[in-house]
Amino acid sequence: MQMPEPDQRVIARRDAISAALRAAVPDAVIDDPAETRAYECDALAAYRCPPLAVVLPASTAEVAAILRICHAEGVPVVPRGAGTSLAGGSMPTADAVVIGLARMTEVLEISTDDRLIRVQTGRTNLSVSGAVDGLGFFYAPDPSSQLACAIGGNIGMNSGGAHCLKYGVTTNNLLGVTMVLMDGSIVELGGPMGEAAGLDLLGVVCGSEGQLGIVTEATLRILPKPSGARPLLVAFDSSEVAGACVADIIRAGILPVAIEFMDRPCIRATEEFAKAGYPDCEALLIIEVEGTAPEIDEQLALIRAIAMRHAPIEFRESRSEAESARIWLGRKSAFGAMGQINDYMCLDGTIPVSALPKVLARIADMSAEAGLGVANVFHAGDGNMHPLILYNANKPGDLERCEALGADILRLCVEVGGCLTGEHGVGIEKRDLMGVQFAPVDLEAQMQVKDVFDPRWLLNAAKVFPLDASASRREGRPNAA
Amino acid sequence: MQPETELALADIIRKARAPLSIIGGGTRLRPGEGQADRLRTTALRGITLYEPEALILVVRAGTPLADVQAALKAEGQMLGFEPDARPGSTIGGVVAANASGPRRVQVGACRDALIGVRFVTGDGQIVKNGGRVMKNVTGYDLSKLMAGSRGTLGVLTELSFRTTPIAPVSQTLSLPGLDATAAIAALTSALTGPYEISGAAWLPGHGAILRLEGLERSVSIRRKALSARLAEFGELTEGDPQAWLLLHPNIHSDGDLWRIICRPGEAPALIASLPHVVAVDWGGALIHALVPAGTQPALPKFSGHATRISGDTQVILPAPDPVTARLNAELQGRFDPRAILQGAG
Ligand SMILES: Cc1cc2nc3c(=O)[nH]c(=O)nc-3n(C[C@H](O)[C@H](O)[C@H](O)COP(=O)(O)OP(=O)(O)OC[C@H]3O[C@@H](n4cnc5c(N)ncnc54)[C@H](O)[C@@H]3O)c2cc1C
Repeated sequence: MQMPEPDQRVIARRDAISAALRAAVPDAVIDDPAETRAYECDALAAYRCPPLAVVLPASTAEVAAILRICHAEGVPVVPRGAGTSLAGGSMPTADAVVIGLARMTEVLEISTDDRLIRVQTGRTNLSVSGAVDGLGFFYAPDPSSQLACAIGGNIGMNSGGAHCLKYGVTTNNLLGVTMVLMDGSIVELGGPMGEAAGLDLLGVVCGSEGQLGIVTEATLRILPKPSGARPLLVAFDSSEVAGACVADIIRAGILPVAIEFMDRPCIRATEEFAKAGYPDCEALLIIEVEGTAPEIDEQLALIRAIAMRHAPIEFRESRSEAESARIWLGRKSAFGAMGQINDYMCLDGTIPVSALPKVLARIADMSAEAGLGVANVFHAGDGNMHPLILYNANKPGDLERCEALGADILRLCVEVGGCLTGEHGVGIEKRDLMGVQFAPVDLEAQMQVKDVFDPRWLLNAAKVFPLDASASRREGRPNAA
Repeated sequence: MQPETELALADIIRKARAPLSIIGGGTRLRPGEGQADRLRTTALRGITLYEPEALILVVRAGTPLADVQAALKAEGQMLGFEPDARPGSTIGGVVAANASGPRRVQVGACRDALIGVRFVTGDGQIVKNGGRVMKNVTGYDLSKLMAGSRGTLGVLTELSFRTTPIAPVSQTLSLPGLDATAAIAALTSALTGPYEISGAAWLPGHGAILRLEGLERSVSIRRKALSARLAEFGELTEGDPQAWLLLHPNIHSDGDLWRIICRPGEAPALIASLPHVVAVDWGGALIHALVPAGTQPALPKFSGHATRISGDTQVILPAPDPVTARLNAELQGRFDPRAILQGAG
């Protein structure tokens, strides 16, 4: 993975920069190389680089003070939540200051009447729901990493989760933010209903991967908890039929909260590990619906009728908490299970649901050609696929073949009308594939937005855009000139 | 001017030497808009792709909203954000205005259903963003930025939406005796329970109105629970399903119409300060009020904003802070460096 050359003049001024930061925010600066190493990568651990320094501010004012210093010194800045990005979004460069939000975890306001919670953005996703749980509310976006990942990172990546078929992703549940721009100015975006008077700046900030500003506070929509939820599992002897069943359910106007899909390689690996008791089949669906018990019965009856038309080899409806947990067990441990038996690379492409059979067949061919196994698990309701490419990290050449196959699969996603990433983000991982999905003018329009928020391209600038596309802007930094 | 293709439209913009007003149906113009030479999008029409089984619709910007709604209805679907069907309105105008109706309390605004755009910038570049899949975090989400930009950043040529199934049963319920202030408390009580309310509003003569949608048995169960929850506000009776259509602002001759966005908790104080409330929607977050022509309402401090939507010039209270104003102005400068685009409706 190519990264820009670090700015040697910044590195040469390391001590002066640290001293200035320390004067502004005492006890919050880490610059001992042994300690900065903990920040050298995120969950895309294949790429690492320790930063110049790390700062862990406790307030918006401190973030502003730090950014003013970095701006004045021409120091690149990388915002960091919990560092669970799978795309290298929070990986630093050697000349960068990492601003970590981990100390900013306060709940600032809860209003159930206004259906909102305001938090500092270092707070974890799950603990946001935790803060309103006793009041009968929850925060809907639920990435699988929700125990660890921070709201700031969720906003950076516009994260989603299994339940977003019904409730949408982060951008649909974000009402407002307090954000510090690279020059240290503080701005509030959004408003009641997420709506400001002018342009929808909040909408473009969400998913901008820490490139437009550092989000320090967020106002999030909370929803009353449903009375109950229940999953069912349907098994089929072909992926194609499972795909057709998904289409029919959606076509019938039923909107479950989740429709998850697993194929045979994934089921087999999961069974060995988690022993959830899944049937021996080519493909299975896990479908969850919500409501009071009679409402759930009503929805499940409709889904059953549709599923039966596709001659499933098994139809398993949960009748208890324990059965529900068992149905979800395999799906929830799929990634861990794969990790136990193999090294793998997790892709995150999105396709139109109609292209599902074609794409699965093509992936099987490509996998055979490359001589690498691929297991599929994904959010079938919205076409967000997570093909897992299995490889052997100790075998020379395997990683390269794996990366090449991954890129080919993502190209296939774009070719059938989908996109390179549905929830993990571009980061450094998919940066150089952006040209597959976007024409130069499309990228230029996006970079214009960055020009406005961060004219000197100091914030997380080596991410998202192919390095050659962003080169002139990054090199235009006054201090680098 | 009424180009028939995106390329022709881009050409007109590139060659323009004076400002243009981008006009779809011209049904959602705000004060001051539509004054320059009009560039109409109405010849760019037609549905490009509709996959009901994937809940995806792609449509050209000049397509009449009525055509879009009819095509969706034929498949048992709709635009979930429920834009009001003004005669002549185009889908591009709906997006440019981020027009969203009562169901916004449940499924979000137009911008939430918008998953992709094609547009022509003020210097004639054809740009695409997003696409035709529901989940997409590839690059910046310019679709959101375009929604509600009122033709100031670019001319929308094609839009992709997530569609919503029409529920088999829809019930409008009302608490007819409530005035606007009392209605806020009732709407709040309804929206804070597990009833999946798909509309929560107040109208003079109708009182508080609530909508439940879904499968038959499910609606009747939720209705019972909701009646019990709202007992302190009176008896929940069958309401007029047409009432939802009345929530959209109409031009009044006896004053200026203002649109106020606030937190529901702030609505009672705002309502008390306003001379004449015309309608309340989104559980109290949207207030339409009539204010004597040419005057500004004296509003208590609140967290949203108020916009005058009739009269000669636009007025927004409070004025945006300097940083936001700079970001807005510079974005406009970037997408339309020659200041050719003068707003739409
Ligand atoms: C096991 C596992 C499962 C996962 N499952 C899912 C899933 O189901 N759905 C999903 O969407 N993702 C998933 N992810 C990816 C990841 O958890 C999400 O992208 C998450 O939102 C990252 O949050 P974070 O706090 O760790 O952010 P980080 O990794 O620290 O940062 C992510 C990006 O946001 C920026 N950023 C962070 N904080 C701020 C801030 N305050 N202001 C501005 N920018 C900021 C960073 O610069 C970076 O670009 C998973 C990851 C793992 C490891």
